[in-house]
Amino acid sequence: MIDSLHVSDLSLTRGDRTLFSRLSFALEAGQAAVLVGANGAGKTTLLRAVAGFIRPAAGQIRLGERGVARDPDEASGGAAHFLGHQDGLRSGRPAGRELAFQAAWAGAGPGAAEAAIDALALGPLLGLEVRKLSAGQRRRVALARLLAAPRPLWLLDEPMSPLDAHWRSRVGELMSAHLAAGGMILAAVHDPLPIAAQAVEIAA
Amino acid sequence: MAWGGGGGPLLAAAFYACIATLLPLAAGPSPERLAAVAPGSAFLTLALASLLSLERLFERDYEDGALELLALESAPLEAVCAVKCLAQWIAAGAPLALLAPVVATALGAPLSLAWITLAAALVAGLGFAFVGGVGAALSLGARRGGLLIAVIVLPLFAPPVIFGAGAIEAFGAGLDWRPALAFLAAYGLAAVALGPLAMAAACRNALS
Repeated sequence: MIDSLHVSDLSLTRGDRTLFSRLSFALEAGQAAVLVGANGAGKTTLLRAVAGFIRPAAGQIRLGERGVARDPDEASGGAAHFLGHQDGLRSGRPAGRELAFQAAWAGAGPGAAEAAIDALALGPLLGLEVRKLSAGQRRRVALARLLAAPRPLWLLDEPMSPLDAHWRSRVGELMSAHLAAGGMILAAVHDPLPIAAQAVEIAA
Repeated sequence: MAWGGGGGPLLAAAFYACIATLLPLAAGPSPERLAAVAPGSAFLTLALASLLSLERLFERDYEDGALELLALESAPLEAVCAVKCLAQWIAAGAPLALLAPVVATALGAPLSLAWITLAAALVAGLGFAFVGGVGAALSLGARRGGLLIAVIVLPLFAPPVIFGAGAIEAFGAGLDWRPALAFLAAYGLAAVALGPLAMAAACRNALS
């Protein structure tokens, strides 16, 4: 079980441009952090680096005892969920089958997907093709895999942006439950999250 | 791995049939001339038709973010790529291989060549799928990726076309056809062994 995330002296670059340098922060089990910064400051890039998709220019990212930064091949496999701008749902397939596939792929146990479907009230949406869902509905389907396959670290990129007020507070409750169970959340946001979280300022 | 199916096998098969129909119109109606080039042109058009569904192999997953999900898991990306290409071979390569003897025969190749054509097309399809997958992964994120795939991959399709058509010609001439088929199989197996490594590296590069 991964119970901490340490980012130390991290620098990230895209092409020739340095996004930020010498960023340090740490997360322990049960804590959340929100990344704040202007558009293009590097919030998404930082999330992708923690997920292991991007090699940092300098510095270290450590999940528990394991270093992610230097070895993207290891990625953060099995320790983190990454929810980006895109929901990772194939537009021509029924939402229920996409969810079932994602949950199974992420290693969810039997019955876990059903519990997630209940928690996010996805029942009526499951038979519809993904392209017929609204952006908020798609986001809820994508969030379901986070609940179905429990993992210590959630990496969320603007998780609330397509959701309505009701679902923002509901997802906030689910995040609190995740933290209470010893999980960690790292989220890039513009609006504050409805949970207690330290703010990590990202600027060049 | 339902996502592995690249889909569109009917489209590729129809494309194959269309090119094969156009060929006699372009080459002239003389049956002797057609029969002489039948195995070779059946194979050439097979290579072209194999290109058709390659674009969808990774592009869809890349666009909707599913490739990130696939890359995030502890299952190695190499294995995911291999399964995808295997699915591509079954979904697109196998129907085309079934059509290959039909096309060759329709172009005037003797019926006795049908079995060897089927075998060669099946084995070559394995190479087409895995080498083509490398091209598809390399072209991720590029505009008009389909054309780029064709330019990357077609030169690499030369060996299977040579050995595949060669095996059929040799069989038809009563010579030993096994060396050519063995070379074809070697090409396919090498692609199966090395292709996934290159595909996974290209996918990670596209994601970073």
